[in-house]
Amino acid sequence: MRTPISYFLLVSGTLFTIGTIGVLLRRNALIIFMSIELQLNAVNLALVAFSRQNGNLTGQVLTFFSMVVAAAEVVVGLAIIVSLYRKRRSVDVDDARMLKW
Amino acid sequence: MADWVAFWVIAPIAVVSAGAMVVSRNAVHAALLLIVNFFTLAVFFLILGSEFLFVVQIIVYAGAIMVLFLFVIMLLGVDREVGLGEQLKGQRVLASLLGVGLLAEVVAAVRLGVGLRRSALPDFRAVNQGGNVQALARVLFNHFFLPFEITSVLLIVAAIGAMLHGRRHVGDEETIDALPEAEEVAAK
Repeated sequence: MRTPISYFLLVSGTLFTIGTIGVLLRRNALIIFMSIELQLNAVNLALVAFSRQNGNLTGQVLTFFSMVVAAAEVVVGLAIIVSLYRKRRSVDVDDARMLKW
Repeated sequence: MADWVAFWVIAPIAVVSAGAMVVSRNAVHAALLLIVNFFTLAVFFLILGSEFLFVVQIIVYAGAIMVLFLFVIMLLGVDREVGLGEQLKGQRVLASLLGVGLLAEVVAAVRLGVGLRRSALPDFRAVNQGGNVQALARVLFNHFFLPFEITSVLLIVAAIGAMLHGRRHVGDEETIDALPEAEEVAAK
């Protein structure tokens, strides 16, 4: 393989940073959630790259588990967004201030 | 050589699609750009010798999870354009500064930890003996069997949690929608 592992790690870090900026900038709950997915995927890429670097499959197994957790997280998160929309008729996170007084 | 070409074709697509996802005003466009990004990540997995995760990435992420996202976007009808205006003063500047700082930190960490130059990599064909799926299954079911079983509990709990959240409470909704604040939000 001619590509250095560090390049994959740099791409992973860039994607993670973009996801972080998305979480910080956007107010649409769905797009914030997509940014979180992007961050999870960036970390998965780093794990697979480390697996290649170390020459064992533990990183890939961890990525597999991280995908399972991400799937569960998406299901619950989208359910929360749907029930939030039912109550507030909006997915803007600035409108979700029911716990604030 | 092939992986070099594939990397330099795919990496810009990954970064550009992620960036466009974050700044897109339309939620459906964001979801479609995220699907592109997930496909590029699948190709990265393939380059890194992980065929199983390549397939799982496409089936689970680009398939199941993004269909769920699009379904919710369509269900809620929130695919209209939303502004990118900032609510807090200086939020955009601060977020960009934080992003630049995080990126610098990642580059520094990679440089210190792995080194930016190419180094000798272990032979992955020996690791992937009998195919990546078989090798991964050997590791998963020998060393990680208990966590694997616990994930099934996690998935059941997640499904039950989603059902509880998605359930419509009779009478609940009217009381909360009747709040003056909620009407003001709905009128906007």
